[in-house]
Amino acid sequence: MLGALSVGVLALIALMLVTVFLKAWPSFAHNGIKWFFPGGDVDQQLKAIITGPTDPAHYDYYIRAWPLIWDTIVTTGLAVIVALVVSVLAAVFVVELAPAPLRRTIDPVIQLLAAVPSVIYGLIGILVVAPWIQGYISQQRKHSVQYIVQLTGANLTTAVLILALMIVPIMVAIIVAALETVPRSWTEGSAALGVNRWRTMWRVSLRTVRPAILAATVLATGRALGEAIMLSMVAGSRAYAVNPLDGVTFLFEPVRPLAATIIAYIDGISVVPLEQTLYAMAAVLLVSCAFLSLAAWAVKQPMKKYGIRT
Amino acid sequence: MSASATTPEALTAPPASALRRERPRNSVGSWPLIDRAAYVLCWAVGIGLCVAAGAIVVFMLVKGIAYVRPSLLFTSPGVGATQATSGGFLDPILGTLLLGALGILIAAPLGVAVAVWLGEYGRPAALARAVESGIEMIAGAPSVVLAIFGLLMFSRPFLAFLSQTSAGGSVFGRSFLTAGAMMSLLALPLIVGATREGLAQVPGHVREASYALGKAKITTIRKVLLPSIRRNIAGGVTLGLGRIIGDTAIVVILLGATLHLEGAGGTPGLSTLRGTGGTLTSYVKYFSPAGEGNQAQKAYAAAFVLLLMVIALNALVTRITHERRGMFERMMAWSWLPFWQSASEDSR
Repeated sequence: MLGALSVGVLALIALMLVTVFLKAWPSFAHNGIKWFFPGGDVDQQLKAIITGPTDPAHYDYYIRAWPLIWDTIVTTGLAVIVALVVSVLAAVFVVELAPAPLRRTIDPVIQLLAAVPSVIYGLIGILVVAPWIQGYISQQRKHSVQYIVQLTGANLTTAVLILALMIVPIMVAIIVAALETVPRSWTEGSAALGVNRWRTMWRVSLRTVRPAILAATVLATGRALGEAIMLSMVAGSRAYAVNPLDGVTFLFEPVRPLAATIIAYIDGISVVPLEQTLYAMAAVLLVSCAFLSLAAWAVKQPMKKYGIRT
Repeated sequence: MSASATTPEALTAPPASALRRERPRNSVGSWPLIDRAAYVLCWAVGIGLCVAAGAIVVFMLVKGIAYVRPSLLFTSPGVGATQATSGGFLDPILGTLLLGALGILIAAPLGVAVAVWLGEYGRPAALARAVESGIEMIAGAPSVVLAIFGLLMFSRPFLAFLSQTSAGGSVFGRSFLTAGAMMSLLALPLIVGATREGLAQVPGHVREASYALGKAKITTIRKVLLPSIRRNIAGGVTLGLGRIIGDTAIVVILLGATLHLEGAGGTPGLSTLRGTGGTLTSYVKYFSPAGEGNQAQKAYAAAFVLLLMVIALNALVTRITHERRGMFERMMAWSWLPFWQSASEDSR
């Protein structure tokens, strides 16, 4: 009975994978490998799909989704890098440096930050952070690219900042839990050798919990990859492939990752070819996240040695 | 140094290098420059994070207190285009509560059952591993993907009773029932995880004692194991509830994200469940500058109420799970003491 329920859950997941891929197949089949390539404006392609012929034999499927994929990679990557640096330092602060009363308040605050709904982060992002960032974009910079893209406060920097803020609590919680399991005798041994507190932390404790840091990074990447609502609110919502060669302007260009694109076009899902295209995006996300859970599982294996649970 | 000052040879100044060595090891000033820089950076980041967290909470509270009126909580959203005429958010609050209840109603029994099977039976081992990684995959899957999968699944004609059917015969697929079903998948991994952790903590001799009294395995699970890990399950359920009320993607895609609860069909109660609606999250999104409503005050007010719910749930989780006493003492205490008493007794 219990086994049957568990198998049922498993069957549901299998059903999810199969149906999403079946639904997505026409989009992949019509575009081939070029689905993942750059070429043209994705927003125009998606609009063409919506307004395309309604005859099933002549559906328009043309899409080159590289800008969306590239935006996903850039936002997720930058946010995870920022969050990694911040959360390692913050975890060291929490475990080693923070005075006891501060420590007692930090724990619940981190839990709370991890639980704040993404739509609230989105609201703060668009009402507070975006106007603030907008103040740093000079008119000159806006004019220099005005025929290509409009620069507003909702841009890559805002998205990365808020996304990093969202994933930092998750990472800090995992790294702190791991740092606390480092045997006291190891750090004491290091201190007895005359190594100062920071070096002990850096060379002994942080090195010991490397698997946990990796696991935290993988989990946070998964979270950042799937974040849709917040990014659809603060990232500028324009399928524009940000270009690092643009120098500082790069930081102010609007983005729209895959998940946010699904949200942006969800109203048109009754149009069959658009529906299939959106499911193709979902399939790409699903595969990426499946790989990430696989990676998380793999990096968690050494963590079991230390009795760390995430 | 004061002891050596009495001897005549110490009257001559010691070399500078010796003086440096005399400084206490532990003081940060004696560290190499790069270590000091890292130390300062650590403090800066730690304090900065605290300040950011505090700023978010205080900012939301200030904005919330400025814009929340009690009347907002009890009036339905209006159709006006200004802050004064667009009404309150009674419907979204009801939607949030209803969706949370539905999701937990599905996820709690399912999650506990799966966890018990994984922890206590788990045969064949390969199947157990597959189920485990399946749960992990759900935990990792973005909610927007779960949502559009749900839309696909619940648009099937044989599941039409869960939502409404249009005149053309196509199934709408969006309703509280379908959204609740998908929401339960968000809470499921948390409940499974918490229950399994609890089961792993129960010592083996407890099970053996129950078997020795002639109880079957399933009776042991029901009468001994599950009551003893009540707190773990409650903690997991509360965490799951927090995840459900905070999610927006499933509401937008699978609930319609309408401002009002729009029933479908004639039967009262069932019509609401089969109809579309919205929650506080979709309300915030609608009234944010990124949505169609674009009335920041309403968005702040609703976000404030949502944040209060999340803070309350969070406090509840801390209260439920921070338990330092032995298991049996806990069982006894939990069964008859009110929760504030049993929680206040453990000194952290």
